[in-house]
Amino acid sequence: MSLKRIDLLICCGSGCISAGALKIKERFHEVLQEKNLANEINIIETGCMGPCDYGPVMVIYPEGTFYKAVSPDDVEEIVNEHFIKGRPVARLMLQDEENTFSTQKEVPFYQKQVKVALANCGYIDPESMDEYIATGGYEALGTVLTTMSPQETIDLIKKSGLRGRGGGGFPTHIKWQMVHDNASDEKYVICNGDEGDPGAFMDRSLLEGDPHRILEGMMIAAYAIGANAGFLYIRAEYPLAIKRIKLAIAQAKEVGLMGQNVFGTKFCFDAEVRTGAGAFVCGEETALIHSIEGSRGNPTPKPPYPALQGLWGKPTIVNNVETFGNIPTIFLKGAEWFASMGTETSKGTKVFALTGDIKNTGLVEVPMGITLRELIFDVGGGMTGGHKFKAVQLGGPSGGCLTVEHLDVPVDYESLKERGAMMGSGGVIVMNDTKCMVNIAKFFMDFCVDESCGKCSPCRIGLKQMLDILERITSGHGKEGDIEELQRLGEAVNKLSLCGLGQSAPNPVLSTIRYFREEYEAHIRDKSCATKVCLDLMHFDIDKSRCIGCSLCARKCPVTCITGSREDKYTIHQLDCVKCGNCQDVCPVKAVSRIPGMHPEVITKREAEAKSGNHHDE
Amino acid sequence: MKTLADLKKIREKAQEEMKLRGGNTRIKIVVGMGTSGIAMGAREVMKTFLEEIANRNLTDVLVTQTGEKGLSSMEPVVDLIEEGKPKVTYGNMTPEKVKKVVVEHIVNGRTVSDYVVATGN
Repeated sequence: MSLKRIDLLICCGSGCISAGALKIKERFHEVLQEKNLANEINIIETGCMGPCDYGPVMVIYPEGTFYKAVSPDDVEEIVNEHFIKGRPVARLMLQDEENTFSTQKEVPFYQKQVKVALANCGYIDPESMDEYIATGGYEALGTVLTTMSPQETIDLIKKSGLRGRGGGGFPTHIKWQMVHDNASDEKYVICNGDEGDPGAFMDRSLLEGDPHRILEGMMIAAYAIGANAGFLYIRAEYPLAIKRIKLAIAQAKEVGLMGQNVFGTKFCFDAEVRTGAGAFVCGEETALIHSIEGSRGNPTPKPPYPALQGLWGKPTIVNNVETFGNIPTIFLKGAEWFASMGTETSKGTKVFALTGDIKNTGLVEVPMGITLRELIFDVGGGMTGGHKFKAVQLGGPSGGCLTVEHLDVPVDYESLKERGAMMGSGGVIVMNDTKCMVNIAKFFMDFCVDESCGKCSPCRIGLKQMLDILERITSGHGKEGDIEELQRLGEAVNKLSLCGLGQSAPNPVLSTIRYFREEYEAHIRDKSCATKVCLDLMHFDIDKSRCIGCSLCARKCPVTCITGSREDKYTIHQLDCVKCGNCQDVCPVKAVSRIPGMHPEVITKREAEAKSGNHHDE
Repeated sequence: MKTLADLKKIREKAQEEMKLRGGNTRIKIVVGMGTSGIAMGAREVMKTFLEEIANRNLTDVLVTQTGEKGLSSMEPVVDLIEEGKPKVTYGNMTPEKVKKVVVEHIVNGRTVSDYVVATGN
């Protein structure tokens, strides 16, 4: 037997896997075998390390060296230089203009982060229960089962101030207390892993990176409320998360950490995975419960709350993956420790999935109350390509947009809600000044129209009406009063819808009208999209002083609407143009440019059509 | 597994497996693995350290490597770094000498002065 001297941690979160992490792992196995080093080096697959934009990433211990954007071709060099000669490969390290960041700790992305739920994500092998136990895993469960009563367990959560991480921010202890107080022969714990917001991957990363933590959190909850069965509802698009959580359940059962008489107490627990077909509405707790029961995933009115009548009519708690992920640590480190982080009403930390036009896209965990500026510019590294920050969409299709003036707003449940956004489950989409806010609102509305289950009419019909108006505005047919109509409809849908999906779906539209009303007005009155995103509200034009008359654009135009000659240069016939952009792409001298605003010829044509009653465009 | 004590046993064993990531080590052994070090047998030296430490079940020792140290005439060169003590550098190491260093220096805490080529930083 020989001692290992290097732990090579390769990030195998979904992001890095799609960037080729598994091939790199294979290559390491080959090279180490060839060099006869296989028994000196541990190769460990971990969950998401966070900085997905740098992927595939890896960390090499004992030094903690951090390599980014590694390719299979780099493997041999890493082995030869780093593993054999002890000379870390500087070109694979993160560098900016002045510094090289050699270890993971130095990387600026990690500096303002505080990892609670993600503590082990990217640090342990998610398929090894022993590694989870090494970090203190299952100790919280053992302590709770052997030394605390269910009521004491709930009281401790109450003291910690933990609130639901799935979106609403409902205090966790209140749900638990309701189910605890509700005597019943059967009760259930459900872990809501039906994460469906565009651009969100917090739950997936947690389930993939540290599955035992979620199980432990669920079991503590089960003990507190008196349940002995639980379900994890995870969408089928997350095959790796499902595989790892199933493996974790099997491992825990094998050693008796799950099953009958856990830790020699009377507590018995069994968990099962249920895969969802990927309907956004199934993230709503009543819809989720119906889906587990085998019926169509439609929401039902509350009350009765699931805490009274949930799964199969029995008292049930539904908590988000991240909520469960916080629980073991709260018991290990204490409620006071947890409550010492965050703001008056929002305690602890929050995991965010940073996406969009920022440098460090990825998975982060920061203390509640951090400002948006710190989140976007310090942790996120600022905007890419020298563009300016324009807006940030928090909470996905249920949330709202905030702007430059809100950058110093602390990120907590109340501050965000006051300003028309919401914490949501943690999706953060950062947008630069090339994005059209009307178009963004249309995108989210389109998503919600698709995902509306159709059970209640405000959501089914109201959202479709809103989408129609948005499509009208972005195609140049907007009219006076459209903005007010959107607001009226939005407020009605918000008040009248049955479940959270409909109630929150108008948020992106309402918040963009609130903060970017002038963009809507320019679309409607001036027929102009300043960002040149809405194709009907911009046009292409050839600058004759730059045109060299090469005819490339005319030859590449699919509708032959460009004519001219070497002498006269080329002209685009606006009425026929389909805005494909080929001419701009092929022009060797950059004479073709996008101009905001509908071309006057098109406006005249449309007006003439409108007068003659020929509305075929609408 | 029925008690917290059972869990603790598993935890201790697992922590041992993960100690490279934790950094809770008493002595760090740094083997110079530059070109000349390797030519003079640094790989064998490193391997012997790893084997000896595993055989003796020394849980608080870390073996790592570094590049050329500039002491080419004394290769293979090994540094022993202990918390709160001056660094000890051994030169002209061989697998036999490694075994002695492990017993004397690492287990019994006595520097093997015959092999020392430098001390301090």
